[in-house]
Amino acid sequence: MNSTTSSEGIGSKRIVVGAHKGVGAFLLQRLTAIILSVFSLFLVLRLLLGGAEGYDAWAGMFVPVWMKIVTLVALAALFYHAWIGVRDIWMDYVKPTGVRLTLQTLTVLWLLFCAVWAVQILWRV
Amino acid sequence: MSSTPVASKARPQIRNIHVTQILQYRLPPPGLVSILHRVSGAVLFLALPLILWLFDLSLMSELSFARLAEVGSHWFVKLVLLALIWAFLHHLVAGIRYLLLDLHLGVEKSAARTSALAVFGISLPLTVLVALKLFGVF
Repeated sequence: MNSTTSSEGIGSKRIVVGAHKGVGAFLLQRLTAIILSVFSLFLVLRLLLGGAEGYDAWAGMFVPVWMKIVTLVALAALFYHAWIGVRDIWMDYVKPTGVRLTLQTLTVLWLLFCAVWAVQILWRV
Repeated sequence: MSSTPVASKARPQIRNIHVTQILQYRLPPPGLVSILHRVSGAVLFLALPLILWLFDLSLMSELSFARLAEVGSHWFVKLVLLALIWAFLHHLVAGIRYLLLDLHLGVEKSAARTSALAVFGISLPLTVLVALKLFGVF
């Protein structure tokens, strides 16, 4: 605004680096959101219609392998969705690179831990 | 009418909100939906270990299922669960609104305001419904 140098690299002269870096994350956040919405609806409808009162009916739902796989896919979508969202929060509020990278690393590790735990929970039924 | 600059009123400066000022800001409905979308997402993320632990208890065995039912009968646990259910419902309904906005549906100011109010109009009654069920009203 106050000098000519700051207006360079703006508009059509903008130097594009790392183009479409965020598009993949943006699209996957939406895709995983759709997966999660459909799975939630499916689960709620099954519970309301099928009646999962008691241990046998509830746990029985997760016995077929296809249901384990579908649930795991939904949970994988959840963890990836959570990663993008939490990453955005760190990027918005935490400016020091070192702290941000540490928080992002811990987030990834934590979500990986949750993912492996989810496999363990599902395949024990 | 003079051409000399008159001491004008100090123009308002728009700056980033500091944490201490958050409560003084009155957000329009779409802004409220937006920040609560972030808050509910963060809450759900932080509650992941709790949610997975409860899921584990519910599936592991009949014994652990019974234990879950026992833990879940405590009023405070019910309150925590209710908070998580609100977070889930708000995040889901607001998320669907964002997907529609992404498709350029309802991006006009008035439509965006209406849909923001609709988010609360759907998520809050559903939360109340779950609360009534949770605390055994029906």
